[in-house]
Amino acid sequence: MTDFLQLVFSGCAIGSVYALAALGFTLLWQASGTLNFAIGEFVMLPAFAMLGFLAMGWPMALAFPATVLLSVLVLGWGFKRIVVDPLLRYGMMPLVVATIGLSLMMRNGVRAGYSAQAHPFPSIFGEQVFALAGVTVSAGDVGTLVVALLIVLGLQTFLQKTVTGRAMQAVAQNTESATVLGINVKRMVFYTFGINAVLAASAALLVAPVYLAKFDMGMHLGLKAFLAAIIGGFNNSRGALLGGLIVGIGENLAGAYISPAYKDAVALVLFLVVIIFKPNGLLGKTEERKV
Amino acid sequence: MRILKSPSLAVAALALLAVAALVVPHFLKSYGLYLLTYWLIYVMATMGLNLIVGYAGQKSLGHGAFFGIGAYAAALLLKAGISFWLALPAAMLLCFVAGLLIGFPALRVKMVYLAFATLGFNEVISLVFRNEEWLTGGTFGLSDIARPSLFGWSLDGARAYYHLVLVLTVLGFLLLRGILRSPWGKAFTALRDNPIRAESLGVNIQAYTLLAFAIGSAYAGAAGVLFGSLVQFIEPAPFSVQTSIMMYLMVVVGGAGYLAGPIIGSIIGVLAPEWLRFVEGWYLFVFGALVIALMVWLPGGIASIPDRLRERRKSKAASAARTAAAVANKLSKEVAA
Repeated sequence: MTDFLQLVFSGCAIGSVYALAALGFTLLWQASGTLNFAIGEFVMLPAFAMLGFLAMGWPMALAFPATVLLSVLVLGWGFKRIVVDPLLRYGMMPLVVATIGLSLMMRNGVRAGYSAQAHPFPSIFGEQVFALAGVTVSAGDVGTLVVALLIVLGLQTFLQKTVTGRAMQAVAQNTESATVLGINVKRMVFYTFGINAVLAASAALLVAPVYLAKFDMGMHLGLKAFLAAIIGGFNNSRGALLGGLIVGIGENLAGAYISPAYKDAVALVLFLVVIIFKPNGLLGKTEERKV
Repeated sequence: MRILKSPSLAVAALALLAVAALVVPHFLKSYGLYLLTYWLIYVMATMGLNLIVGYAGQKSLGHGAFFGIGAYAAALLLKAGISFWLALPAAMLLCFVAGLLIGFPALRVKMVYLAFATLGFNEVISLVFRNEEWLTGGTFGLSDIARPSLFGWSLDGARAYYHLVLVLTVLGFLLLRGILRSPWGKAFTALRDNPIRAESLGVNIQAYTLLAFAIGSAYAGAAGVLFGSLVQFIEPAPFSVQTSIMMYLMVVVGGAGYLAGPIIGSIIGVLAPEWLRFVEGWYLFVFGALVIALMVWLPGGIASIPDRLRERRKSKAASAARTAAAVANKLSKEVAA
């Protein structure tokens, strides 16, 4: 039983990181109809940026905010201006292809221009291990879970309680009515891209100590974030959190009780089962089909 | 049917390609022949993907998995002493059925889901190749895969095997063209261009898409069989998600929905990296950038250039005609006044 609880707990920790990436993915989709296939690389690049700042002798307390700023600039503003804006008018599919190209470019740019090795990444929570009611938990897992949950809850509060957040939701729900109501749609969409970049940088901070910083670290992470987003409900922000946790816990349990070799297959199996019974995900709403 | 739209140009291009395919190999050393054969195998695989992506309008990011299933299935059958000519259709059938099984749940609900399902499927298949050592040899792979012979005529040599692959690829091309020209194939295009209209005209969208997906997967299976016999040693790496993503991008860059698309796309994805050895690891970086640039300026891919030029000429001619008509109109009014 303690084994089980331990697995569930560390599953929650990794699942909450999937949730951060999945959340950025669903937010972009809702606000601008952008399906970002480079989401995994959006986590990989900040990890390397942080390593770069650390190598310059900066402390993490400075390296992380600097990375967040850089991410918002490059992965938020730059991504929107250079890739999304020129393509969005052609519909969803060219943009999907372009983000696949972008992920290829980012991955191989890092590999060719920097390193193909896995680089160790310092954990901000230390290496301690506690016993909590008989269950051993690591400081890394507790810290990851707490920070990720705080970010998700903070974002939820921002979206629901502040004027800007509500305006962003209005844009996501109906862009035309939002324009009529005098909301600056362009700015709100930009905020979404910025938030996506912040979420990606935070996910990098939390996941890189576990996965190590490597040019292809985003491939698995990205796939699991997509699948988690769909499992939870593609058009619902809370769904991303639920989906991420389900995938994280499911993986850990299957890895321990079924087969460690097939741990990475769990997300796909869960995805197939969920879409057969609930095509819009566990918390998703049915979308009207547009002619 | 669009190969290159204008028939004379298309015939000329095809003739040139045919002559090149028959003449060039005689001037190549074994590595050159190997590369050319490898290119043809990719043409075969991406033709199937073009049917899925370019004609049925689906996103499949798991084509490499079917490529691998074909290769492993044939390798195992060949090792069991079964003839290549039985192993080839058997592997294709297996891929066809696997395509139906993975496509069914994904396509039943939402078209975009197929991209995620196939991507995940490829991950799982890679895990199977790597972990089921009793069957696939794990990371050590399967070696000594035989090349076929035909009527007692060995196709073991690099040149002979190249010609076999050439013939099979041409047959695959003609078959695909036949499928697309049939009324049954026209339904595919109708479905891609406007699914809701196609449905209201009585096209069973899900059945057609699923079938297109399964046929495309069988093409990947055939390519996998040929690949196994070409390299004579298979291991999990060539069938990973990266392969699938590259195949997908080759189709899109070449021109999805154009018969010539996969041929051009495979040149860029398979042959060009060999010519551009000096850029080393930066090749894929440049390729990724090319994909983005292409989506911005030429979303139809390279094979769409003739169409684009023709459209531009037409719209220029139309605007010239309009100006002329306006001038004539004005003149006649002035004359009347």
